[in-house]
Amino acid sequence: MATDPLHQFRIEQIVPLHLAGHDISFTNSSLYMVVAAVLVTGLLVAGTASRALVPGRLQSVAELLYEFVSGMVRDNAGTQARPYFPLVFSIFAFVLFGNMIGMVPGTFTFTSHIIVTFTLAALVFVFVTLVALIRHGFHFFSFFFPSGAPIALAPILIPIEIISYLMRPVSLSIRLFANMMAGHTMLKVFAGFTITMIGALGAVGWLAGAVPVAINVALIGFEIMVAFLQAYVFTILTCLYIRDAIELH
Amino acid sequence: MVNPRLMVWLKGLAAAAVLTVALGGTPSFAQSGEEAAHATDSVEQEAGVHEEKGLPQLNTKTFASQIFWLAITFGTLYVLVAKVGLPRVGAVLEAREAKISGDLDKATALKAETDAIVAAYEKAVAEARASAHKLLNETAATADAAAAQRTADVVAGLAAKQKEAEARIEGQKQTALANVRAVAAEAAGAAVAKLAGIEPDQAGVDGAVDAALKERA
Repeated sequence: MATDPLHQFRIEQIVPLHLAGHDISFTNSSLYMVVAAVLVTGLLVAGTASRALVPGRLQSVAELLYEFVSGMVRDNAGTQARPYFPLVFSIFAFVLFGNMIGMVPGTFTFTSHIIVTFTLAALVFVFVTLVALIRHGFHFFSFFFPSGAPIALAPILIPIEIISYLMRPVSLSIRLFANMMAGHTMLKVFAGFTITMIGALGAVGWLAGAVPVAINVALIGFEIMVAFLQAYVFTILTCLYIRDAIELH
Repeated sequence: MVNPRLMVWLKGLAAAAVLTVALGGTPSFAQSGEEAAHATDSVEQEAGVHEEKGLPQLNTKTFASQIFWLAITFGTLYVLVAKVGLPRVGAVLEAREAKISGDLDKATALKAETDAIVAAYEKAVAEARASAHKLLNETAATADAAAAQRTADVVAGLAAKQKEAEARIEGQKQTALANVRAVAAEAAGAAVAKLAGIEPDQAGVDGAVDAALKERA
């Protein structure tokens, strides 16, 4: 039981709830979503409580996060994307905190569930498409035919472009979900090796069991990097999609 | 953006993880008959959500709850971030920016003021130096003129005195010469009287003295 590497992804009910025939129970996943939202908001509010000219630690973190995302939006989505900064910030902070909270042993990583990452990616997809439609109207559909390509290629190019556009939320969500799940599973598998070895080999097992622990120490550092990197990738792709929607190539 | 070598690593690790799950996951499922029974019980007790079989991520019964709570938490987070969090941080950053640029402006103004004062000071020093130089030149010229005047005066005085002295010397010379003639005439007369025993006439003596003087001169 303890060595089942997928146990950590199980959804556990905390408060059973039902609405119009749907099970909307408050679960461990919901709990950590609330924790992430509270931490992000808390960081921004508590960090700016003193409004110090020379920032303290918490204020530095809040400012760093703000300027990091702000720079990302400016550099990758352009200055016209400024109105969408709060959305991009929310996505980055939510995913980053979700990933990072998941690095604490015993917690639940809500970004390791495809339905969560897919819902976020679908939100980005719908939002970006709406932005493009509102900004460019019918002209938006020219996006699916690269300018300058020979007209004869249209029957091939247009389906390819449409499919690649529709695949965006899929690749976006699977990348995040798969990375988080694979990393957490791997940590658990190596930890499980130690337990198994101690159980099977006794005193020798304690010695041999130290090897997977050592590997896990390295993996934890690696996973923390992946947790940050995947939040960054998710956000930067969102920025690039927003740029496409604004500029249409 | 993303290091391609890193992506290779990630893929490799993911593959390794899937493999180990496939190999290592099976025994735990197989060995725990007791647990499986217990799990079945709990599934029956807790309605639906607690599904034990397969990947928890693919259990569609949990999707509604996750989407619902994601919408609530992310929606709330977005509103809080957009309306409260980011404006606060933005205000702090802007306040700092304004303070820094204000201080910079103030520093620039003060520097300009300092530069003006330094320039004025240097100008004053240059002017003072020029006027001092001028005064020095004027004073030197005046002093030179006065010295030349005095030298000329002294030279002129000396020349006058020399002339006067020469005149006096000349007078005294004439007087002395006259005296010498008289003494010579008297001595010649006395000598003639003594030697010849005759009293020579005054005119003959004077003529002889004059002739002798002329001969000597």
